[in-house]
Amino acid sequence: MNVLSEIAAQLQKGDNNRVLELTRDAIAQQVPAAAILDDGLIAGMRVVGEQFRNHEIFLPDVLLAARAMYAGLEEIKPLLEGESIPSAGKAVIGTVQGDLHDIGKNLVGIMLRGAGFEVIDLGSDVAPATFVDAAEQEGATVIGMSALLTTTMPVMGKVVTLLEDRGLKGKIRTVVGGAPVSAEFAREIGADAHAFDGVSAVDRVRDLIDKAK
Amino acid sequence: MTNNLLTRLAGGEILVADGAMGSMLLASGLAAGDCPESFNLTRTELLSEIARRYLEAGADIVQTNTFGGSPLKLAGYGLDDQTEAINSAAVVAVREAVADRAYVCGSCGPCGHTLLPYGDTEPESVFLSFRRQLAALASAGVDVLCIETMIDLEEAKLAVRAAREVAPDLPIMATMTFDRIPRGYFTIMGTDIPTAAAELARAGADIVGSNCGNGSERMVEIAQEFCASTELPVLIQSNAGLPELVGDRAVYNETPDFLAGSAARILDAGVRIVGGCCGTTPDHIRALRELADRCAERKG
Repeated sequence: MNVLSEIAAQLQKGDNNRVLELTRDAIAQQVPAAAILDDGLIAGMRVVGEQFRNHEIFLPDVLLAARAMYAGLEEIKPLLEGESIPSAGKAVIGTVQGDLHDIGKNLVGIMLRGAGFEVIDLGSDVAPATFVDAAEQEGATVIGMSALLTTTMPVMGKVVTLLEDRGLKGKIRTVVGGAPVSAEFAREIGADAHAFDGVSAVDRVRDLIDKAK
Repeated sequence: MTNNLLTRLAGGEILVADGAMGSMLLASGLAAGDCPESFNLTRTELLSEIARRYLEAGADIVQTNTFGGSPLKLAGYGLDDQTEAINSAAVVAVREAVADRAYVCGSCGPCGHTLLPYGDTEPESVFLSFRRQLAALASAGVDVLCIETMIDLEEAKLAVRAAREVAPDLPIMATMTFDRIPRGYFTIMGTDIPTAAAELARAGADIVGSNCGNGSERMVEIAQEFCASTELPVLIQSNAGLPELVGDRAVYNETPDFLAGSAARILDAGVRIVGGCCGTTPDHIRALRELADRCAERKG
């Protein structure tokens, strides 16, 4: 097994120490950072995401895999910048104002980073203006919003309205998700996309970033 | 009320717990995003009123508004330094309404953080946080403690152990929330029902079960699996279905009759305490009371 498939395999096991060691080995073997990212870390995380979606593994397995992914990612970050590898795109994410439930949002962050996107995670209880300001300042083209409480879902609509008010709708696109959030609700509030789960959030964000190009 | 809760259950009695707190508070002016427990410092008359309505509906067990009353959770609102005041005021408000006509049940929900190694929070700090809340509830005079809506078995066990430590003589209930996936019922963190039942009992729970979830029909299956997994009395508190947004309001679709229909099957499975979770109202609890009374007559 080559070092990259070994990174992917250890990442799936959630062994952060081994992933860090193997990433260092790969760097020492002159493997390009972009290949470590794509064929090691991203490849491993893609499998984890699919297994979670298929209920083969549970949240703790994903969180451990994510910890391993971050261990490798930190190590290659300076090299990626050195190789001037463009990121897949930039997204601002957060749980909407009034809602402190961040498990789903964190999963989306993990999956996006695991797919090579740059993610600015604003945390939970995020006000509409904070989403829009952050996206503008960071030059992000996508805002991802999460809600678990039915009562906080309307905040998502306020973000869409604020983008319209500032003339940013179409330049900055929105994707919404969370247990009570449906595709129908997303359409009603004028969001650009609805993601059913963390894995499909990656596909939706990719679609939206492609549209923006 | 003399603390004979476990004796009554051992004697075969079916007890009725109360219904939702959060959705009642939202209907009474709590803004989405506000700390529900902040009402314990400002609106105790409302808490007494809700408790009174559940008592009048026929609840034997009435809960305090302290689901998010652990200091780790309250810290999200900058209220952790008021942990003792918030928890004890909630107990006083319910006691004032029910006196000794129902058991006052101290509610304790998740701390809102993920434990190491999956998250960033030390188990010890979670234990201490629960212990501080549960000690406040116990010293304010609750009759029973209820650790509820847990998805992480380790966190639930820390809370049960903390409860055992601060209140060695009080009955302790512990409930978790399960989702159905193709191979059965599991919490989001991957705990199945037999494991939850066994481990919660080992940690010191006297009564185990499930609350919240995805509607009362699925709760029937969860109840059956719990009763097959434990000798302890089982508690089931279903929500009134999953909420839908109508305008800016969350609407729950299960009527009192529908919930009672599921509850009849839940009692047939051997469950000893039935109550409600999100979206249930005094009318739902009244329907459960009538059901429990019919069961008692049939047995009697």
